Amino acid sequence: MAYSPDRSQYPQKKADGTLDIDLSSGKYLKLWQGPQHPGITGNMSIEITVCGDEVVEGITHVGYLHRGFEKLMERRSFIQCFPIVCRICVPEPDFNEYCYAAAVEELAGVEIPERAKWIRAMILEMGRINSYLMYLGGQAGALGQAVISQWATYVRDLMLDRFEELTGARIYHMFIMPGGVRDDLPIGFKKRMQDTLQEIEKTMQDIYSVMFCNAVFHKRTEGIGIIENRWLDRYGVTGPCIRAAGVPRDVRKDQPYLVYQHLDFDPVVGENSDIYTRADVRRRDLLLSVDLIRQILSRMPEANGSTMATIPNVLHWKIAPGETYVRGECSRGEYGYYLVTDGSGYPRRVNVRGPSYTHAMSLFERMVVNCNIADVAALLVSLHTYPPEIER
Amino acid sequence: MQALYDKLKQHYALGELSEQRADLCFFTVPREHLSSLLLYLRDVEGYTHLVLLTAVDWIEQNQFQLTYLVNNRLSANDIGIRVLIDRDVASMESIHHLWPTAATYQRELKEMFGIDFPGSPRIDEDFILEGWQDLPPYRRDFDTLKYSEQTYRDRPGRVTHDPASHMKQQLYPDAED
Repeated sequence: MAYSPDRSQYPQKKADGTLDIDLSSGKYLKLWQGPQHPGITGNMSIEITVCGDEVVEGITHVGYLHRGFEKLMERRSFIQCFPIVCRICVPEPDFNEYCYAAAVEELAGVEIPERAKWIRAMILEMGRINSYLMYLGGQAGALGQAVISQWATYVRDLMLDRFEELTGARIYHMFIMPGGVRDDLPIGFKKRMQDTLQEIEKTMQDIYSVMFCNAVFHKRTEGIGIIENRWLDRYGVTGPCIRAAGVPRDVRKDQPYLVYQHLDFDPVVGENSDIYTRADVRRRDLLLSVDLIRQILSRMPEANGSTMATIPNVLHWKIAPGETYVRGECSRGEYGYYLVTDGSGYPRRVNVRGPSYTHAMSLFERMVVNCNIADVAALLVSLHTYPPEIER
Repeated sequence: MQALYDKLKQHYALGELSEQRADLCFFTVPREHLSSLLLYLRDVEGYTHLVLLTAVDWIEQNQFQLTYLVNNRLSANDIGIRVLIDRDVASMESIHHLWPTAATYQRELKEMFGIDFPGSPRIDEDFILEGWQDLPPYRRDFDTLKYSEQTYRDRPGRVTHDPASHMKQQLYPDAED
């Protein structure tokens, strides 16, 4: 068959629509990227078939981290579920705590104190900054810029210090619980948080200069990994990935929760929907989070009593039959909890909707076709996926 | 939401409307109406975003509840569509032709609940549980404790103590009862 510049011609399709890949022909090679690989986000793997240096098929394999959280929760009381949900997502665990707590409160008819809502929003923004910092390190690392991850880790560590003094823990905070938050802000927290935000902004300037103004980074990311507009709804694209395509979709703005209706901001959007635009949208979104934390700290009502609502005895807490879905905008897109109760002391069903579920599976498998093998890692990282959300 | 529900009810055999919030409602629909209803909601009413597809095991009624949650970005509200299917003949029409991403959800439901979606891409491929031969684990009748006891064994030399008597022995070995 004569060479055709139309790369979508390879490989040809069989009559039933499946790809005609004959490994014994010597034309194709099958490679595994992951589960232990620097070009993979977390513990998952991609089964790639290449023709030369071009990917003709990519299949995502997950299951290396399955812990059966959804099943575990069906055998635990509502309060027993609270300390395990954060473990579903390591880099940004707070959304699990918030979505679970908000779903339980909604079905149980619990109204949380106003100040707890502001503290929750601040924690979620702090978690978002941490997650973006990890992403920036990973995105730059996938293209050979190791120093960015070191700088990002430095400022992330400062934010982890703030988490530690606020919640007592650095990674899994277990701070947002059904009924409110565990405690109020420590004395002097606002000042230390302002200092941390200032340091983050300063480091982000350096990251911008070294990473985003770098000619190699431009060359390797512009025009590559484009998510076409017609794929957005078909593949359930949310978060920075959809905003980088020019759609101002942000749950914080579209369906405000907690206190976001009291904050002044516009969703960060891009235009080109390529790897560079997605990275830039996340960088600007990180700076937006810095601004939102400042707004929260200045507008938060003064401490007035407990940050916890009165909830029933948690050992005997039964919730009337019902079902709900609660969502939030995490750093990767729409995060949600679908909770069904049956009147007993245990959840009937909990389903966790993480943005990686659609991004890393169907969307990535669609996007990786006709991609150069050297760009696979950068493409996957640009979708900002965390495997534990997929397999829970 | 009520206006849309009334409009839909003229064409589909909808169950009772359950308004959970101003921006979220649920109703049940017969399985044969699902595909047509989703297509109408997607193409005419603007519910273009499939948020999730999951199942609830109502073992007492011998039914699975499939929940299709769709979102309208412009009007910022969600509809949860419930479909009840027989637990013994757990099979449902695939909707991957409406949203390709639904194929992933359906693959997971096949593995975790044993609900089949004939025609869905790679529906029979392992998703998370490679080589799983047992009962689908998210079914209510799957006994996790029994499975653990059959599958895993304690490490040799590991002894389990009663905490009260063990600590008493450790701290006050000479104390009388």
